[in-house]
Amino acid sequence: MQSGDFRVTYASDERIFETRLPIVALVGLLAALAFVPLVAGTYWLDVLNRIGIAIIGAIGLNILVGFTGQISIGHAAFLAVGAYSTAIFETKAGLPFWLAIPLAAAVTSVFGLVFGVPALRLKGLYLAIATLAAHFITTYGIIHWERMTNGVLGFNVAPATVFGLPLDSDARIFYLIFALVVPAVFFAKNLFRTRVGRAFIAVRDRDVAASVIGVSLYRYKLLAFVISSFYAGVAGGLMAHHSRIVFPDAFSLLVAIDYLAMIIIGGMGSILGSIYGAAFMTLLPEVLKLSATSLTGVYPNAFGLIASARDIVFGLAIIFFLMYEPQGLARIWMRFRSYWKLWPYAY
Amino acid sequence: MALLALENLHLSFGGVAALAGVSLEINAGDFFAIIGPNGAGKTSIFNCISGIYAPARGRIVFDGRDITRLKPHQRAELRIARTFQNIALFRGMSVLDNVKIGRHVHLRSGVLACGLYYGRAAREEQAHRAIVEREIIDLLELQDIRHKIVGTLPYGQQKRVELARALALDPVLLLLDEPTAGMNAEETEDMVRFILYVARVKRLTVVMIEHDMGVVMDISDRVAVLDFGKKIAEGAPAQVQQDANVIKAYLGEDVEVA
Repeated sequence: MQSGDFRVTYASDERIFETRLPIVALVGLLAALAFVPLVAGTYWLDVLNRIGIAIIGAIGLNILVGFTGQISIGHAAFLAVGAYSTAIFETKAGLPFWLAIPLAAAVTSVFGLVFGVPALRLKGLYLAIATLAAHFITTYGIIHWERMTNGVLGFNVAPATVFGLPLDSDARIFYLIFALVVPAVFFAKNLFRTRVGRAFIAVRDRDVAASVIGVSLYRYKLLAFVISSFYAGVAGGLMAHHSRIVFPDAFSLLVAIDYLAMIIIGGMGSILGSIYGAAFMTLLPEVLKLSATSLTGVYPNAFGLIASARDIVFGLAIIFFLMYEPQGLARIWMRFRSYWKLWPYAY
Repeated sequence: MALLALENLHLSFGGVAALAGVSLEINAGDFFAIIGPNGAGKTSIFNCISGIYAPARGRIVFDGRDITRLKPHQRAELRIARTFQNIALFRGMSVLDNVKIGRHVHLRSGVLACGLYYGRAAREEQAHRAIVEREIIDLLELQDIRHKIVGTLPYGQQKRVELARALALDPVLLLLDEPTAGMNAEETEDMVRFILYVARVKRLTVVMIEHDMGVVMDISDRVAVLDFGKKIAEGAPAQVQQDANVIKAYLGEDVEVA
């Protein structure tokens, strides 16, 4: 029987997975995911798809805000650029989705690079206001560049096709979304156990010390914007394909706030936290809606009440996490895990 | 030739002269101490050398090269490392990650290689992990706390981690800003032992700001004394101790001996 957790090489100590069990569990989970579209109904598939997209977007935001400490309220703008570029590349230039999405992500990266420039001079709240400006400039651009974007009305996007098979149902688009979620998670995980990720965290924790130890602040702050907006670009591209319509209201300031809430509730500076936060924020309204539906029999007004309760519950959840669990759901999960690791022996 | 030469450095903050024409020459292999009363400009000198402040006038020459206009990270690439008076560690990271980031300038992998953890990135990470363990963690006796988050450690250990991070750069010139400040006698002794050991083993040139005169007199080869942004004395420790200007700066003028 294994009596402890022994590591005899540095390589083993640097692993993402400490033991074999989580790898088996993960492979099992991925295999199970592959069968989900066969059994789940459209409703839950739609929820899962939205969670998948939110995971990619939230990891992107967490890289910038949680790991590098550059506060941004411009994430909805980055998502919008990703979604619109994908849609424009496909409908106007006739590119296939597998070219359009990476290209759109690249465009979003450049966009992020440009709006990251203020970060070289600004910190904290001032930077937040600068990114807010980025948001409004983008929204203005989208609404007024009607020839390309069709203004406030937006336009429809044809489903992506794989070998002639249109990804026009929730079940089909599911595979595309999760085929991108998995590498997005692993890329970020790897990033933060290596040189580049450490530099990001160093910039967040002590920028002066980081520069003195050899981290170029210019380079890494901009790089954080580039990587973050690349993720947002991919998430935006998937949004365009998931809802198959792009319009400005889908990328309102509330979306940016929702994403910030995801990483606060899930855990700032945690990849797993981004996943939990994305799931939490997507599931919460659904759970509220379901409970409202089940209550309407007893109390006919429940639906209206709980619908408006959504914002209150979000607000309370954010306040709760900021006050009592600043490291978010990721931290709760870690405590839970270390408790069961040793169970039933306390030491 | 001097490894580091400061030539007539001037620096002021809104009319207050922090440095008013300081010149210093530090030879390779020296253990050089800078002392002086509070606000004398000692840390300002370090901030000029490491590039956090740009002097208004004057030059900084390192290893025959003018580095006055280089960015802080470019000076790190020339292997100038430093510690801070008020610990400036990356609090959210483990001890090991703090030390590893000290090797940042020696690693080459870019974003893609890191994100894929493939090929060079993986090899490089593991090779440098081994170097960090062998040459830093073992040396500074950090083995049992290597996976701890730095923010949770007691003060004395944090100071040691900061030294470790600076050493991980594999510096030619090491700047220590009050390495034993706020330590008790035992911690001070440990710290001095570590500093002396690494300075000898790695043949480092060390510049140290320190208030503990016992430490300064014991371990430095040369001492410069600063007061109000000016150098008022320089020489061997015993010599500086007897200097009339120095005594005046520390005790004030017109001291009547009763």
